[in-house]
Amino acid sequence: MATPRTPVRGGRTGSPLTPYLFLAPYLALFVAFVAFPAVYGLWISLHDWDYMMSSQRFLGLQNYTDLMDPASVVFRDFWNGMGNTLLFTVISVPFLLVLPLLLALLLQQKFPGRTFFRAMFFAPYVLGVAVIGLMWRYLLDGNFGLVNAYLGTDISWTTSQPWAWVSLVGVTVWWTLGFNAVIFLAGLGDIPAEHYEAAALDGAGWWASFVHVTLPGLRPVMIFVVVITVLASANMFGQSYLITQGGPSQSTQTAIMVITELGLSRYQMGAAAAQSYLLALFLAVVSIANFWLMRDKDAAEQARVQRAERRRRRGNDGPPPEPSDPQVPATPASLGTVR
Amino acid sequence: MRRAARNPLLWVVLTLLSVVFVGPIAAMLLTSLKPTAEAQSADPGLLPGEITFRAYEVLFTSADNPVLRWFLNSMLAATAHALLVVLTASLAGYALARMDFPGKNLMFGVIISTMFVPGFIFLMPNFLTLDRLGWLDTLAAIVVPGAAGAFGVFFMRQFFLSLPKEFEESARIDGAGPFTTFFRIMLPNATPALVTLLVLSFLANWNDFIWPLYVLFNDARLTLPIGLSKLQGAYTIDYPVIMAGAVIASLPVLLLYVFVQRYVIDGVATSGVKG
Repeated sequence: MATPRTPVRGGRTGSPLTPYLFLAPYLALFVAFVAFPAVYGLWISLHDWDYMMSSQRFLGLQNYTDLMDPASVVFRDFWNGMGNTLLFTVISVPFLLVLPLLLALLLQQKFPGRTFFRAMFFAPYVLGVAVIGLMWRYLLDGNFGLVNAYLGTDISWTTSQPWAWVSLVGVTVWWTLGFNAVIFLAGLGDIPAEHYEAAALDGAGWWASFVHVTLPGLRPVMIFVVVITVLASANMFGQSYLITQGGPSQSTQTAIMVITELGLSRYQMGAAAAQSYLLALFLAVVSIANFWLMRDKDAAEQARVQRAERRRRRGNDGPPPEPSDPQVPATPASLGTVR
Repeated sequence: MRRAARNPLLWVVLTLLSVVFVGPIAAMLLTSLKPTAEAQSADPGLLPGEITFRAYEVLFTSADNPVLRWFLNSMLAATAHALLVVLTASLAGYALARMDFPGKNLMFGVIISTMFVPGFIFLMPNFLTLDRLGWLDTLAAIVVPGAAGAFGVFFMRQFFLSLPKEFEESARIDGAGPFTTFFRIMLPNATPALVTLLVLSFLANWNDFIWPLYVLFNDARLTLPIGLSKLQGAYTIDYPVIMAGAVIASLPVLLLYVFVQRYVIDGVATSGVKG
């Protein structure tokens, strides 16, 4: 990872300060808008922080204990939002894994125009949530929407349950399926052809080679896609805000809607900051659980056996070396977070 | 594998999928060209019976909804944001990829780990920071804070790692200092990565919704997506107008996408694979 030391340090290659000069503009942004607010937000969450008021009253952990107290004013809205977010995540994530994988398998076939089709299926993702929200609000309209007209139905897609959830999940799948498919497609391309050839020599059919070659080969990409898809679904905001306005009767109001309404519309920033940290904590636990559940169990077991073996031979019980982290790829933060 | 092309089922599936993915976008465009009564009849067809640009006239002449202003705000903000990201991220990514200094790995680890921190925890504190800077309801509010994201740095670092060392060595022999080397040799050789990052940042900023929704207030300051969501309130009974607004917000990004779709898709694809 580290580049080898250049033989001439200082001198013409620049002073020891040079790297920091290169980093300074970005680090200034990073400190001001990422590092500092991560801590400042915690500080805010310990106060009755009304941005309209001149002084902020220190509350200690009360904003957090209020969230556990059914008698507090924030309790019902917050947990309603959390429940709705959980429901949306649980319903949408399976569709956002299976359908993009099928699409990627389809696009992996060799046929003329596959780049064109790939670009077409990705196209909705290029549009912002405001555009797709307004567009689908009209298409799903109960009185004169094209969806009802084409399906020959008479459903209030945006104002009655369970149709409001069907709509929100459907729109989200339509919008972001291409994004996950493109990542899967790249992952499929990285599986060595020899693995398929070996499976074919062993007489494996399509299904067997899918289960024994494709899925294991996709594991790192799959972990990545699961984690960012869960995060994106848990961040759902715009679709509900624009298509159902959180209705009917707050049944599609997501956690982010509750937090922004409280913190940035009613300026109860302390309470809202506490809610955002609690939600972040939930998401961190879920992400870690995802990594852990989907880790390569055989490889982890092998590593454990090897470590135990080494320890036994060395005859000491010092801390074992950590197994190397699974490759943690990265996502465009702006693409993967609040949608 | 080549057999696939001759399988009629493949083409049936591809055609159906194309209708599903592009159909709604086409419906948006076609609805914006319909008279209101036709768009809001009990049985609206896809194709307009009568083509009219009334919805666009309403949008561009309404004093309450300065759509042209929103468009310019969006264009200016997204362009400035993309340039800021590309400049700061390529400088930082280069230092992290090709220079050696104390604390480098720690710094990189801290920056990268924030990619998995959900953005909503920054909403309240950054709102207060903008307030203190006097940036609320200004262009800076939507240009600057987003540029602190770690993705650009990660992306540029990965790219610079892949360039051959000879670039810097020959520059050093020619007597070039580190900044000359960076701007004259390294950046020109990083053009594909720079274009990808530029386009991804532009798209993300153009489409951003939740942040501008809460830090912009004045009608004249809004970006297109936020302006559109206000239109929805004002024209609840005039769908062609709302669809025309959505078309205006989509056209620049769809056009950009048509020309640089390879960069966009490759950028997304590599984000998931190269760890």
